[in-house]
Amino acid sequence: MVKKIPIGPYHPILEEPEFFELIVDGERVVDIEMTIGWSHRGIELLSEHKTWDQIPFLVERVCGICSASHPYAYVKAVEDLLGIEVPLRAQFIRVIVAELERLHSHLLWTGLAGHFIGYNTVFMWAWRYREPLLDVIEAVTGNRNHYATYRVGGVRRDLPAEEIPNILKLLEVIESKNSMLTKAILDDPVIHARTKGVGVLPRNKCREYGALGPTARAGHYDIDGRRDHPIDAYDKVNFNVIVCETGDVFDKAVVRQLENFESIKIIRQCLEQIKDTEPGDIWTEIHEVPPGEGHGMYEAPRGEVFHYVRSDGGNTPLRHKIRAPSFNNILTNEVSVPGNTVADAGLITAAVDPCYSCTERVGVVDSQSGSRSILTEADLIRLSQEKTERIRKRLARSRLGV
Amino acid sequence: MSLALKALKKSPWVFHVNTGACNNCDIEILDCLTPRFDVERFGIVLVGSIRHADVLLISGPVTKNCLPRLKRLYEQAPKPIKVIAFGACGCKCGIFRDGYNTVGPVDKYIPVDAYIPGCPPKPETIIAGVVKVLGTL
Repeated sequence: MVKKIPIGPYHPILEEPEFFELIVDGERVVDIEMTIGWSHRGIELLSEHKTWDQIPFLVERVCGICSASHPYAYVKAVEDLLGIEVPLRAQFIRVIVAELERLHSHLLWTGLAGHFIGYNTVFMWAWRYREPLLDVIEAVTGNRNHYATYRVGGVRRDLPAEEIPNILKLLEVIESKNSMLTKAILDDPVIHARTKGVGVLPRNKCREYGALGPTARAGHYDIDGRRDHPIDAYDKVNFNVIVCETGDVFDKAVVRQLENFESIKIIRQCLEQIKDTEPGDIWTEIHEVPPGEGHGMYEAPRGEVFHYVRSDGGNTPLRHKIRAPSFNNILTNEVSVPGNTVADAGLITAAVDPCYSCTERVGVVDSQSGSRSILTEADLIRLSQEKTERIRKRLARSRLGV
Repeated sequence: MSLALKALKKSPWVFHVNTGACNNCDIEILDCLTPRFDVERFGIVLVGSIRHADVLLISGPVTKNCLPRLKRLYEQAPKPIKVIAFGACGCKCGIFRDGYNTVGPVDKYIPVDAYIPGCPPKPETIIAGVVKVLGTL
């Protein structure tokens, strides 16, 4: 019997509201439909009524987790229009803040995924080791989230030289904890059983749906904006692009965990090279924005963020277009969810690291009789956690040879 | 003090709703539960259903889509309930004040007991805010 299960638009652990409708046959998902636009705040229009220098504060608040990526892409768009070069020191500070954000975003996702499969230890660990990272961010930018670092022509705040040893020390802590977490995830048989072969997104489908970021890289689709179109100081640092083979949830987790090490590597190289630059030289002065258009992109933790601006020579943009990576990635659920069970659906939709929002109810609609039974989101998590429990027991039994 | 209020004060259960926020407030709320701040020590727990809640924590400017749901949540909540508007957006719509899809701050639609300002408020601020709300009981 075919049933419809609406998930959303609210959800207790993920952010931005989204609405999924799972069409299920028994416990198996046969199709998924998606509606987006719940958290629509009209940012593009708001942006057209703000001055060039105010917009970074606005686009920071497109998404709280990508609050370095959006301003980064925006300032690159305006700099493309202006055709200016940013001081080297500002370039390094930009890269450092952006990579710190990637680290915190990936750790955050690992924690939430752990919670989803009923491993609250992973949740607590990942979020605990995220705290020293937030301390580093606070030392560099002055705030835990919403960094307000980027401005057209440079950055707003210089990195004090006396902070660098502290940051390096904290990076060491983060690296050792991250390698412990990575080993725990790679070796755990229950995590293997829950995530391997679940929610597979093959390479050709990545291309078809325009998947971006870790979602695409997990499916052996080798794209990374930082390497393919290096901006600012990215061509002055060495790093690897992590690519996995199958594109299941496990690979998506592995890509994110291994990318954390690359981010730490990039930050270390930047901190090394920033010593050779002139302190205080962090901004190219700009007096007016001429008519024209520009575009900027940056590889955010979730994929490529793209901003386009058009100017008529005034102090506000005529048009400001934003494209965020989650939009592409959410649509890939159409491929990865069908064929899996309802208990896995929550995990798979979370694996693309979408931004959803908080509270959610789930209603089961019987398509034949039209009757409706309301489940809470807690039930979805419970289903998922029960499955983990079953697997854990089965593994324990097989180990005992029963 | 009634028995219900006394119980509420001992262990306030919080239901969090996002009415179009940018996530950062939600992350900082979750952050309060994790080892560094660990508000569960004080009996503060995030619950999955409004029917279990003593405190309604609302982050975000209210968008058109979310407004009917917010009103319904408030109607469903068991009274007495304490409502906290969270973050700059929850208090006064913040940077989204002039947006065409923003229909106003939370207190325009439901009575609010406390405001926690900040963008986003730090976990310490959140804990201080909740403690102050409990002090008014």
